[in-house]
Amino acid sequence: MTAQPVLTAHDVSIEYQVDPPVNAVQGVSLTLHRGEILGLAGESGCGKTTLAYGLNRLLKAPALQTSGEIVFHDAAGDIDVVGLSGDALRRYRWDKVSMVFQGSMNSLNPVMSVKAQLDDVFRTHRPGMGRAERAARSAELLGLVGVDPSRLTAFPHELSGGMRQRVMIAMALALDPKVMIMDEPTTALDVVVQRGIIREIMRLRERLGFAVIFITHDLPLLIEISDRIAVMLEGRIVELDDAERIYRTPQHAYTKRLLASFPSLRGDRGGFVRRRDDEEGASAS
Amino acid sequence: MSDRTTADAEGLEARNLVRDYRIRHGMRGSTLHAVADVSFTIRPGRTIALVGESGSGKSTVARILARLEAVTSGSVLLDGVRAPVRGAALDAYRSRVQMVFQDPFSSLNPFHTILHHIERPLRIHHPRMSAAEARDRAHELLERVQLTPSSKFAERRPHELSGGQRQRVAIARALAPGATYIIADEPVSMLDVSIRLGVLNLLADLQRSDGLGVLYITHDLATARHFSDEILVMYRGEIVERGDADTVILDPQHAYTRTLLDAAADPDRLGQLREEVRRGG
Amino acid sequence: MADPRLSSPEVEPLPTSAVATERIVRANRVRTLVPSLSGKLITGLVIVGVITLFGLIAPFFVQDPRDSSNPALLPPSPEHLLGTTKLGYDVFAQLAWGTQGSLFVGVVAGFVALLLAIVFGVLAGYFGGVLDEVLTLITNIMLVIPGLPLVMVIAAYVQHTPGLGPLARSSFLVALVLGITGWAGSAVVLRATARSLRTRDYVAASRVAGEKPMRIIFVEILPNLVPLLAAQLIFGVIFAVLGEAGLSYLGLGPTGSITLGTMLNDAQTGQAVGSGAWWWFMPPGAVIALLGAGLSLINFAIDEIVNPKLRIAPQAARSQRKAARAGRGIADDGAFA
Repeated sequence: MTAQPVLTAHDVSIEYQVDPPVNAVQGVSLTLHRGEILGLAGESGCGKTTLAYGLNRLLKAPALQTSGEIVFHDAAGDIDVVGLSGDALRRYRWDKVSMVFQGSMNSLNPVMSVKAQLDDVFRTHRPGMGRAERAARSAELLGLVGVDPSRLTAFPHELSGGMRQRVMIAMALALDPKVMIMDEPTTALDVVVQRGIIREIMRLRERLGFAVIFITHDLPLLIEISDRIAVMLEGRIVELDDAERIYRTPQHAYTKRLLASFPSLRGDRGGFVRRRDDEEGASAS
Repeated sequence: MSDRTTADAEGLEARNLVRDYRIRHGMRGSTLHAVADVSFTIRPGRTIALVGESGSGKSTVARILARLEAVTSGSVLLDGVRAPVRGAALDAYRSRVQMVFQDPFSSLNPFHTILHHIERPLRIHHPRMSAAEARDRAHELLERVQLTPSSKFAERRPHELSGGQRQRVAIARALAPGATYIIADEPVSMLDVSIRLGVLNLLADLQRSDGLGVLYITHDLATARHFSDEILVMYRGEIVERGDADTVILDPQHAYTRTLLDAAADPDRLGQLREEVRRGG
Repeated sequence: MADPRLSSPEVEPLPTSAVATERIVRANRVRTLVPSLSGKLITGLVIVGVITLFGLIAPFFVQDPRDSSNPALLPPSPEHLLGTTKLGYDVFAQLAWGTQGSLFVGVVAGFVALLLAIVFGVLAGYFGGVLDEVLTLITNIMLVIPGLPLVMVIAAYVQHTPGLGPLARSSFLVALVLGITGWAGSAVVLRATARSLRTRDYVAASRVAGEKPMRIIFVEILPNLVPLLAAQLIFGVIFAVLGEAGLSYLGLGPTGSITLGTMLNDAQTGQAVGSGAWWWFMPPGAVIALLGAGLSLINFAIDEIVNPKLRIAPQAARSQRKAARAGRGIADDGAFA
């Protein structure tokens, strides 16, 4: 991981145009470096998903970005993401920055086979590719994420949750983006499957060198895998630091509170009321 | 904590529970063994955690104990007496065994007020209670689950409350009939992270003051360890490991338990996965 | 507006998009069950309201609709606002009584059909098992038998039963017949909805709390079905009004009363079209059409209550476009432009 920035967001604000307006994201600034895993932690309503959609210019009505700049530092030069529109925007999305959504069952088209959906990506963004080339690349992608290429012809409902999520990752990797934004990619999965997918993501990152913005409420997981972590509360980033420092020396009260909500598996009780009175020691909290 | 009576029969016992489902594949069929020979006893004042992933059968066990589902074989015994399936005996069972559901958003009827949700079980199980008494008692229960002042919440509808508040209402509803055994089916997994401890601590408090026996169903090993006395690990319908909570977590015997523990996020292992992968893991 | 951040141990915000949705919804509502006053709803209510008032009040102010002392086949004039029929009846008077008659048939038949649909639909959906099989079998039979011929057969049979006297050709009987033949479609819808509601956690919670099944149906399930029941009732009324018009046109209608359908039948047998007496057949036809349209508009509005997304998505897009045009910010060509 080099210290070269690949995506910079400066003072981004996003508002939902309802009455009264909802300030989902307020003045958020962050810098993502090449090959870095940046964890974005927060609970429901903190604006992390809105921010993710904003970075990809995928905001859904009635959301509106009311201020701020988003700059993508491409090899060929800087791209002003906010100023993009039309074809240029379509070329930017998925090619430079791609996204893995929450809930794969809602993100994969249930009536199209996996092959058709991967094909779709190539036909849209790489019109020069021939049919054979597309098929070969699709099979290669599935192999990359650990899915048997024979499952290309399957439909989403025929795959398990874990496999669907791997297909989503394969689709996001299709155009070799430099940044992948993952919104709670493993939350709905069993813990054992989750660990497998996370391992796969990290393996791919080693190989292909993309940066990841990993969004989740699971702070312990972020501490385990991220380089840096940003903690969001009510639309603002309240703390942004190296993962280890967030874990050992959290500064902000909310970060401390969030950390305290996860009792240690092998350590002491933390905030838990003493369960068993037959043990000695004071009851906590 | 209530005194443990010497009656060994006291408790909510699951004895050799089996629940099969018949699945049709066109003309052929197969049997899914959702629960395969599960036995355990919940004693008053103690918490048992039932830990497992989706498909392990833990929710089915919960529904069987709550008499929402029938068993294929095996039995449920309350204080040594077989639990009934219908009639007045079932009403009596229900007044002692209650359930808290996982989803705070769908376990409350959007049409009714909070007060209604708590008054109904009161009126059903205490038919001689007058309307005024039921109302007072309902308010008392709301205060007990820390929804104070109760008057602020009584007339509201579920969609006006947050997830954590709804779950507290669900707990109050479970206590209303005078239950002594609570089956909590993943009670906090759909709540925001910083709210979970509060709700679990509430359950722990209520358990201590009322001597409740609690079955805590979860996939989260950390809270299972700190919240319960005993852990039962379920895999594909069977209990693969059981024991004292600390022992199961710190000294697991079964391979599946070890897999589960390894897969759980542990911030103390920060950076390890990165190193492993870099070395070609 | 109820603030979810009530003073209690937690301050737990809802997901941002959910807060936004709630605010749009709340900006439109007075109470949970009162529908938002959209253009469709107002138009529908006005049309139906005017026709109903007409049917209720006008009969007090018109002359006897069976007074044949008027000159026949007069075009509209100040004394006879809609002219007269071949037999000298005042058309306006007939229309007033006819509207009342049709509304009576419609409402009675609608309620009868709804009650039967609830029995065959909700009970079957909730209880399942053998009861479900039996009730669904009957429902399917009723669905398969063609509606109008069935009504005709039953009406003809009933009306020729000796001993019924004047009841035989009364509008009440016709309403009953229409009701007991028109419930099957609603029953299917209600059964499907009841089946899905049965799996809701709050129904399971009621069972665990000890509620008896019938109480669960009435107290937990039916209240959540109210918008759907309203829609089905309105369908039933439309079906009955049109069905009665059809029956009367075929001569099987309630000859003992005056309805819009009997008016049309009289106009047909009296060769109104041939004589160019448009004032005789157009008014009843127009009222039937308007009534059907008004009721349908109300149903669309109910659809939007049951499925708020139908209303919210266009609104959300509108407010986003408006704000973007006002220069407040950048909209994305996002998932929902």
